[in-house]
Amino acid sequence: MLLHDTGLIYGRYLRQSLRSRFALLFGVLMPLLYLLFFGPLLTGLPLGGQGSSWQVLVPGLLLQLGLFGASFAGFSVIIENGQGVVERMRVTPVSRLALLLGRVLRDATVFAFQAVLLVLAAVVMGLRAPLPGVLIGFAFVALLTVSLASLSYALAMKVRTPQEFGPAVNALTMPSMLLSGLMLPMTLGPAWLDVLSHLMPFRYLVDAVRDAYVGSYATPHMLYGVVVALVLTALAVTVGTRVFRTAGA
Amino acid sequence: MAIISTAGLARTFATKRGPVEAVRGIDLTVREGEILGFLGPNGAGKTTTLRMLTTLLSPTGGAATVAGHDLATDPAGVRAACGYVAQSGGVDARITVREELVTQGRLYRLSRARAVERAGELAHDLDLTELLDRRCGALSGGQRRRLDIAMALTHRPEVLFLDEPTTGLDPGSRADLWDLVRRLRDEQGTTVFLTTHYLDEADALSDRLVVVDRGVVAAEGTPAALKLEYGGSLDASLQDTFLAVTGRSAALADAAPVAV
Repeated sequence: MLLHDTGLIYGRYLRQSLRSRFALLFGVLMPLLYLLFFGPLLTGLPLGGQGSSWQVLVPGLLLQLGLFGASFAGFSVIIENGQGVVERMRVTPVSRLALLLGRVLRDATVFAFQAVLLVLAAVVMGLRAPLPGVLIGFAFVALLTVSLASLSYALAMKVRTPQEFGPAVNALTMPSMLLSGLMLPMTLGPAWLDVLSHLMPFRYLVDAVRDAYVGSYATPHMLYGVVVALVLTALAVTVGTRVFRTAGA
Repeated sequence: MAIISTAGLARTFATKRGPVEAVRGIDLTVREGEILGFLGPNGAGKTTTLRMLTTLLSPTGGAATVAGHDLATDPAGVRAACGYVAQSGGVDARITVREELVTQGRLYRLSRARAVERAGELAHDLDLTELLDRRCGALSGGQRRRLDIAMALTHRPEVLFLDEPTTGLDPGSRADLWDLVRRLRDEQGTTVFLTTHYLDEADALSDRLVVVDRGVVAAEGTPAALKLEYGGSLDASLQDTFLAVTGRSAALADAAPVAV
């Protein structure tokens, strides 16, 4: 039943995404601009890691794509709440978990697609990275999307108006981006900033993907990255499902 | 035979300014095959009650059974037995009528083929066949309402909850909707529980009325019985009766619009 319902919700929202092709491509614009206008600045700088500057930057841009895109996923639920669509579905026997999972899997699909576009563009710019590493990067983007989109939907069900939702998400995503070292490795900074950034879960994901992009798969970074990503996903989906079950209070 | 019965059904919302008792204790019974008009001033707790009876909101007190299923212990059974049309409806403006109807069938666990077939039946019954390939956003108010109701009838529910179904409709569409509600009850035996602010609608459509005020049932009975008891005579208008029940003075009523 869960599979059936999830597939149904997934299909409904994927068709919705496919209908707005403009939005589908527009999401990749911001990381693409970073790639074009920020990437070339780094090519000659000592970034402290292995490999080229592209192998440091592209993993960060991939997760930035997930971070900004998925965090705002909840906007669609705010619109649907206004139309009564969410409540109409909640009075049917459909699984509550499926109402969430179908949506977040759609988001993961969309962002994985955008991630592929971004990596292709990066290859043109000069990125060279092992294929398994690139695939691992996509897996992390998908997990990050699932967790952040779940939390975003949960928040959207709670705050209910775009005026509250937008600023709240902005206030959370900006420090997350800066503190997780998406643009430049945090190891370049002073010790206090490096320590602070370890409190930010996304830091571990970025480190893991950067390792993957230089072909190092069995590292402590990778282990921490996988553990943090899985724990984050489990927590976020639990919170999201709870909210979809009890929403309306 | 009671198809809905509630005892002390209550809901308190926790807000920043302390608890708000939206529904303080509703006791009511609805008989099978009855059209029940659920009336009350704005903020009396009508929608909150409806949302509890359809499992959208969990009660903070009391108990209820809907079509033999306990609200607290068997919400899935309640969902299978009832259909709900919210004030706002519940369709996506960008999707076609056909897709919404088929998806709704699938949400009620019909097979793909059966869901397509059911969408066709519902479209036929509610006069939507010509509109199947139109986007929901392109429908008129009356057509939208028929679609909302078609969606709620997908699984042939025993009880249909309608929250202000005719608000914003033109007189012709309203009359059509009344006919539809009567037909549902007469042909399928569906019990209809509807809220409305239009007293002429309540008078014309309902077998029995329940008036709520400040979160409790203030009066109930047939329209005629209520007029006699609270309005003073059978010729009293439901408007005056309503104002008498809810304690709003008649002097104020002169300034108030006909729909309270």
